[in-house]
Amino acid sequence: MSAIEAMHLSVRLGDRMALEDISFQVDEGEFVAVLGPNGAGKTTLVKIFLGLIFPSQGVARIFGDSVNRLSPEWLGYVPQVKTLDRHFPALAMELVGSGLRRCWPGWMSGEEKKTVIAALARVGAEHLAERALGRLSGGELQRVYLARGLIHRPRFILLDEPATGVDVAGQQDMYRILEDYRKETQATILMVTHDWGAAFHHATRAMLLNRRLISMGRPSEALEDEFLRCAFGHVGHAHEMRMVRHD
Amino acid sequence: MIEILAHSFMQRALAAGLLVGIVASYYGVFVVQRGMGFLGHGLAHAAFGGVALGILLNAEPLWVAIPFTLAVAIGITWARERSRLGVDSVIGIFLAISMALGVVFLSLKRSYAADAFGYLFGSILSVTTTDLLIALLLFGLALATLPMWGRWAYATLDREAAMVDRLPVARDDYVLSCLIAVTVVAAVKIVGVLLIAAFLVIPAAASRLLARSFLAMTVLSVLGGGASVVFGLAGSYWLDIPSGAAIILVQGAVFLLLLGVVRRA
Repeated sequence: MSAIEAMHLSVRLGDRMALEDISFQVDEGEFVAVLGPNGAGKTTLVKIFLGLIFPSQGVARIFGDSVNRLSPEWLGYVPQVKTLDRHFPALAMELVGSGLRRCWPGWMSGEEKKTVIAALARVGAEHLAERALGRLSGGELQRVYLARGLIHRPRFILLDEPATGVDVAGQQDMYRILEDYRKETQATILMVTHDWGAAFHHATRAMLLNRRLISMGRPSEALEDEFLRCAFGHVGHAHEMRMVRHD
Repeated sequence: MIEILAHSFMQRALAAGLLVGIVASYYGVFVVQRGMGFLGHGLAHAAFGGVALGILLNAEPLWVAIPFTLAVAIGITWARERSRLGVDSVIGIFLAISMALGVVFLSLKRSYAADAFGYLFGSILSVTTTDLLIALLLFGLALATLPMWGRWAYATLDREAAMVDRLPVARDDYVLSCLIAVTVVAAVKIVGVLLIAAFLVIPAAASRLLARSFLAMTVLSVLGGGASVVFGLAGSYWLDIPSGAAIILVQGAVFLLLLGVVRRA
């Protein structure tokens, strides 16, 4: 059984098609990077699998079931750090606790605090537990988001441009944590990214989108020059990335 | 203080002020964190349309103003969802439409125009027993919906995450908007436009300067809203100045003081 599956997905937003006839399957334990230019429909695809957008046509399934029937515990979501309101008065442990409770935790029991601290410890961020959100760097906040996304030990993880607003060291830490988690649990990861390097170095497969599915396969194959030209109109620094991957 | 409470009108003012102040300062934390500081003024002025309609229909203005303002609050929430306009722009549009409707309604019954405007500038010192019961009802509503605090807070910080976690975010938004609308329209009659708008913003904004957590912000806002009524009424009695203005000035002074202190720290 595929972990996630899209069958002829199309999404119309207003008078334009955001996605057209997308079909693919991802097996359990895979790490798939989704790339494409701005407006390619990457975030729309994520929102379909989060259950926030209904496709105009086609079907999306997670572990063989429709998206809206998925138990929230099976899904871990890590958004962009820049979307968070840093002026909201909250501590890092409360943000992680919101993932545990699925509502805002005004106060937490001793048991809940232990679970939250353990989740933060798994991403090397237990020292951030009592820190205000506004005082976290981009990389630190990304770790806290990861702790929240992984707190229920999900089988499927969705990340929407998680490297945006995070420095290089923070990005490397995040990818290492994700790799370790995937190896440990055989979780499936779908990550929208503009970071071609991450796709070449960490993903088992890459998907190139530009409203339609341009290519999907091993990163070195899916990100061939002809596909990149089709999606972006240029090949950017993909050649160097492929060289580094071979090294 | 005991001397002040010897007057029955002051007892009623204190009780109604505390009830309305606590409830509005509680909702204020969501108003402030969602960047809807203009909502209090918007809904209070929208109530003018409802009051005018009530006068036109020869009905008790409050019972017409409540559904009218509820409809405006639902309209504001709906328009926010449907458009990319800023929330204050949406509130401004609905405020203008409601006021215009009010003017049209009153133009059909000119002699009662003063009643509608007077309704908007209710005085805390002329609280009746009915007003007190209404304030108690508002307090009861806020208490009954206290379990929704965590869901509202979660959606205030991270609306998308709350939706991913399958919380009924849109429905919760409508409930919150309706509760704020009912509070505003009922409180306008009791404490007036300026004071209810102040209760919805200043205590929450002041507590935001001190609080490290949203729970602390909520508790401080409620305590601050209540305390401002006590000190404001006492100040108005001793200095012989208008009560509503005195309460707002107490809130404003605390906010400015905290702003200075917190900035220096």
